[in-house]
Amino acid sequence: MSTPASPTSLETLNLRCERGDRTLFEGLNFQVAAGQLLQIEGANGSGKTTLLRTLCGLFESTAGNINWCGQSIHADPASYHAQLSYIGHLPGIKLELSPRENLAFSQGLRGQSISQNDLLNALDAIGLYGFEDTPCRHLSAGQRRRVALARLILDKSQLWILDEPFTALDRAGNQRLSELLAAHLLQGGLVVLTSHQPVILQDVAINRLALE
Amino acid sequence: MWVWFHKLGSPPYFYRFSTIVLPWLAVLTLILFSVGVVWGLYIAPSDYQQSETSRIMYVHVPASMFSMSIYMVMAMASAVTLIWRIKLADLVASASAPIGAAYTFIALITGSLWGRTMWGNTYWEWSDPRLMSELILFFLYLGYMALNSAYEDRRRAARAAAVLALVGVVNIPIIHYSVEWWTSLHQGSTTRGTQFAATIDPSMRYPLFVMMGAFAMLYAQLLLKYTRCLLLDGERNNAWVKEMVKQHAA
Amino acid sequence: MRHALLILLKRDLLLAFRHPNDLVNPLIFFLIVVSLFPMGLKPDSQFLPMMGSAVIWVAALLASMLSLDNLFRSDMEDGTLEQIGLLPWPLSALVTIKVLVHWLVTGIPIVIMAPLLGMMFNIPPEGIRALMLTLLLGTPVLSLIGAIGVALTVSLRRGGVLVSLLVLPLYIPVLIFGAGSVWDASLGLAIRGPVLFMGAILVLALTLAPLAIAGALRISLE
Repeated sequence: MSTPASPTSLETLNLRCERGDRTLFEGLNFQVAAGQLLQIEGANGSGKTTLLRTLCGLFESTAGNINWCGQSIHADPASYHAQLSYIGHLPGIKLELSPRENLAFSQGLRGQSISQNDLLNALDAIGLYGFEDTPCRHLSAGQRRRVALARLILDKSQLWILDEPFTALDRAGNQRLSELLAAHLLQGGLVVLTSHQPVILQDVAINRLALE
Repeated sequence: MWVWFHKLGSPPYFYRFSTIVLPWLAVLTLILFSVGVVWGLYIAPSDYQQSETSRIMYVHVPASMFSMSIYMVMAMASAVTLIWRIKLADLVASASAPIGAAYTFIALITGSLWGRTMWGNTYWEWSDPRLMSELILFFLYLGYMALNSAYEDRRRAARAAAVLALVGVVNIPIIHYSVEWWTSLHQGSTTRGTQFAATIDPSMRYPLFVMMGAFAMLYAQLLLKYTRCLLLDGERNNAWVKEMVKQHAA
Repeated sequence: MRHALLILLKRDLLLAFRHPNDLVNPLIFFLIVVSLFPMGLKPDSQFLPMMGSAVIWVAALLASMLSLDNLFRSDMEDGTLEQIGLLPWPLSALVTIKVLVHWLVTGIPIVIMAPLLGMMFNIPPEGIRALMLTLLLGTPVLSLIGAIGVALTVSLRRGGVLVSLLVLPLYIPVLIFGAGSVWDASLGLAIRGPVLFMGAILVLALTLAPLAIAGALRISLE
């Protein structure tokens, strides 16, 4: 992977997305730089999830561009995806597998080899100590979400795109995720997320973008 | 030429263009059909071996010929849809499918009626490679239409159906060859169709050409008409459609 | 990337073996469908050996297609397909692995079961050899083509019957060459031609189908 010449940033230029007959948004311009968090707000059906999926490259915009470090994300999707962690509505974990297996596979698929120690530490950090080997089928919705969030710790990617990451988490989980976000931003990471509740992080300014 | 094609890709331009062309196409189709039918069914001599039933070829041969060509048009339009994301190309592909299926169906029915006089008392002969290929082509059309209507989002339907059309077009030569091989296992496969058309007497060939022209024009006309319908439906929220409706109402 | 592909292979095999029922059901289906046909005929019918090759091939085709339903569906439902779509590797390579797993867990067992069923139909030994050979060449093609159909319909709620409409017509050449070769071999004829042709179809499917599957999945993921 070559290091990009331009500074780390994610920006959209005149982005427009449609679903079926409806234009969800158009003329959307924003920029997220290193160490910044962008919270996307809007009513149900305003296109928040579609916007996040478009930023990931899963959904195809009708017009406009998305640039990562000054280069279109479609120019070199592989190196863009290598620096991206996305957690959507669905946790993306296999219910037949234990949290430990799930994480080992998801890291292996990304091409990262991971020590058992790091794995257990990540699960511990997200509050799943003692559940490492329980099949995810037997975990609660909040715990499954924590398994997904543990990927963020292990992925070590620069850009996090999170769709309602606080859903189903209890107060302690909320706290842990907030700490995780703050630490990521301090290290120069980027976060784009949607959330119905206000996101409060210490020492971090939060940019907001409202979709109508 | 290229610029013209590009302009044709824009929906309002295409709509205006088709409004001008359609009446001419209708007249042309009518003339070709009248000439072809009268010439083929009354004036041209009947085949001395097959008697009057051979006249069914004036419908069968053009229908089966264009049933295949329409699939090719569909596949090309699908490739354009996938590569350049031109909405109109998807509409052309979608509009072609039912017409192609209808042509294929006509080819199957007429083929089996024609075959009945040659095979004896059966309406269907599995050992006829051309009928077999037509039947499978008919299945391909049905699958395409089923997939195309299964998606609610027009854009996704367009792309999914386009992938299927391209997969189908890669398969057509394989299907064709496999059917040829298969029917050659059975003895006495009957050959008709193109081979027949190439060897026939000019007195029968010319009316056949006229009928081919008629079928081609019919396809062009139905295609334009149906594409216009799909276009209006798809663009109903756009300014130019609203404008036009207002003008019509006034 | 090779490491990642191996991990995916391991994951899918592990998942397959965590659902032993899903593994065995297509094979039982295969067995039952094949046994149904003789029951529809007179017990001493002389058509049996003639029908055998066709019946076994059609049943293999149906078993392969029905078992494909879950190839992407469960991954779609729990969001792992999304994650796979975001991996920094070509999607076409990843889906090839998934299809490979499907072939390993359904195609291979079908090839192994076929001689047994062939004997039930009184197919001569030459025919049974041809049956195994053509199934070995043909079942991967069935998995690859079927995967295109499944990838195109995985985001639709009513996928099941639709997949068969899309896929079965495309299966016809494989069926024709497969069953035809068995029939020829039973009569003591050479089957080199059709077998080579099936090999060519397999190579073609291996090169083109992954691209179509990946393209179809991207559409389904939108």
